[in-house]
Amino acid sequence: MASQNSPKYNRQVAVIAYAQTPYVRSERRRNEVEMLMPVIAEAVEKSGLPRQEIGFTCSGSSDYIAGQAFSFVGAVDALGAWPPIRESHVEMDGAWALYEAWIKIQTGEVDSALCFCFGRSSMGDPAETMILQLDPYTLAPLGPDAISLAALQARALLDSGRYTSVDLAEVAARSRRNARSNPDAQLVGDLAGEDLLDEPYLVSPLHRYDCPPISDGAAAIVIAAAEVARRVCSRPIWIRGIDHRIEPHQPGARDLTRSPSTRLAAEKAGASDGRIDVAELHAPFTPQELILRDELRLAGDVRINPSGGALAANPLMVAGLARIGEATREIAAGRAQRALAHATSGPCLQQNLVCVLEAD
Amino acid sequence: MTDANAAGEILTAQHVMEYPYRRSLGPVLSAFFTGLRDRTILGARTRDGRVLVPPAEYDPETGEATGDLVEVGPAGTVTSWAWVHEPRDVHPLDRPFAFALVRLDGADSALLHTVVVDDKAGMRTGMRVEPRWRDETEGRIQDIECFVPEAGVA
Amino acid sequence: MADESAIQSIVTPVRMEYTFTPGAASQRFLLGLAAGKLMGQRCPECRKVYVPPRGACPRCGVATRDEVEVADRGTVTTFCIVRVPSENIDLELPYTAAQILLDGADIPFFALIQECPWDQVRMGMRVEAVWRPEAEWGPTFENIRHFRPTGEPDVPFERFQQHL
Repeated sequence: MASQNSPKYNRQVAVIAYAQTPYVRSERRRNEVEMLMPVIAEAVEKSGLPRQEIGFTCSGSSDYIAGQAFSFVGAVDALGAWPPIRESHVEMDGAWALYEAWIKIQTGEVDSALCFCFGRSSMGDPAETMILQLDPYTLAPLGPDAISLAALQARALLDSGRYTSVDLAEVAARSRRNARSNPDAQLVGDLAGEDLLDEPYLVSPLHRYDCPPISDGAAAIVIAAAEVARRVCSRPIWIRGIDHRIEPHQPGARDLTRSPSTRLAAEKAGASDGRIDVAELHAPFTPQELILRDELRLAGDVRINPSGGALAANPLMVAGLARIGEATREIAAGRAQRALAHATSGPCLQQNLVCVLEAD
Repeated sequence: MTDANAAGEILTAQHVMEYPYRRSLGPVLSAFFTGLRDRTILGARTRDGRVLVPPAEYDPETGEATGDLVEVGPAGTVTSWAWVHEPRDVHPLDRPFAFALVRLDGADSALLHTVVVDDKAGMRTGMRVEPRWRDETEGRIQDIECFVPEAGVA
Repeated sequence: MADESAIQSIVTPVRMEYTFTPGAASQRFLLGLAAGKLMGQRCPECRKVYVPPRGACPRCGVATRDEVEVADRGTVTTFCIVRVPSENIDLELPYTAAQILLDGADIPFFALIQECPWDQVRMGMRVEAVWRPEAEWGPTFENIRHFRPTGEPDVPFERFQQHL
């Protein structure tokens, strides 16, 4: 199988530091720069690389979430970008900023990179903000918010007979239970089993617990090519493969119960080249986790989202990179040798990124 | 722009961002929206014979240009649906309704739109629906006010 | 094919509502304004004073916490003559918009110059804030109606060229 450890991508790259804010319902006391500064400082310090030696910086965020055009240029204030740095930005989740940085290292142009991302989703209405990512001709004018679209996907999955509402509720309950051991998670605790299905629907067939919370937060990660990683880091966590794939945009042109893009990205990232201990899946809605698990063909003993996942905290533009970061935490803590991290973008899992991480 | 407030409170400001976009259409969407104005629904035929609704300039699976535009529907089958118990201001209806994927007769992909029935119990996957057109159509997706159960079908 | 009446474009308005909060540094600045003061912050490393502050020194990438009050008068570093109307600005055209380096600050900020013919505004000109009546003050830039010349001698270019 073609994994990315092919001659075309022959530089081994490792995660050498990760930091994130605690995720909260509403970060009202700090602006984006104030939220990012301690996170970036922590990641840079942990990396062991002097800030000026980091070759490339790439961020992920969305102006529609910030409510401000070119909001990302203001975030550069948090960097200490002097003398002028090499910098780039994606109007996407930070996981795609990481992908760009990984490619930049593959080109040989730089040997290390800082990626960061931020989202204060709470300033607006995130379910409605996401309408703006839809085709503006035939979809957006109808106002299909993120929850309604996920509910269409949920119905399709339930209709397929593969899963029931109980399965969805179990995903929610496990996510919140797992989140108890994550100090940065937002929704934590016990969801009472049988009573869940009696709760009112938000958008049927989704209950509130099937949906992510509104979250604010930021995260930063530092990656480096092997020669740098070995020099500054005692236990680098290797990116064995990373790939992302996209499907047609119109929800009605896809089988919403499947995610062929996830399957292909996982193949290209070499997910099946070895045993997976932990999978951090970016599934903001409960049915999406079930769809992803099927496509990734994860064995029954793989621990899913020990962090609680996006159902426990869903800072937009951050939650995907946070999956990669949380997977590195599992490896760093010795609880996993090899982990799969996934990030998604677009409506109903339209676009998917898979990253395979492994301990030294 | 900023509210006055007592010391120690967090200042807040309401901010509205509006863009009055006018979008050009190109030949395929121009035909689609002109069709809606004239109360017909058009799909695009791919090289391998599938019909995409709404029509696309290119087959998303192969990247090849699509060919003829063909009339579909107007009735079709609900392939999935989501019941909106409490409509938002951005929604096109101010009463509970369903967002639905509707595969129109003659089409191979489904159109996202709305379905209006009395209550959620009236919705099911596989149900037959037909468009209810606005009195005044002007060439936009909202020219279909919503879909409703097909007349004469139980 | 050519259909004279074919729909060639559609209008798809977008509207989003936000509740902004300013963050710590900007909040202190805005509350300063409400008290008739211009509060900046000093970088602990390079000692530069930023007005309005964002909470970080963009050069050093460190938090700025020392509060520094700066003067409500300063020097025009550069300016432009505005000849196009704007919905948000109710002024006779043309008018002058300038970057003003307040005394005690290290970065200039944007303000309007009035009480001076537009063709008399110069780089290096000394200006001062004209505040609205105190009873109208709130946590907003609008407390300062505009800046006007002080009549002091111009500042030589060498003294502000680092701040352009």
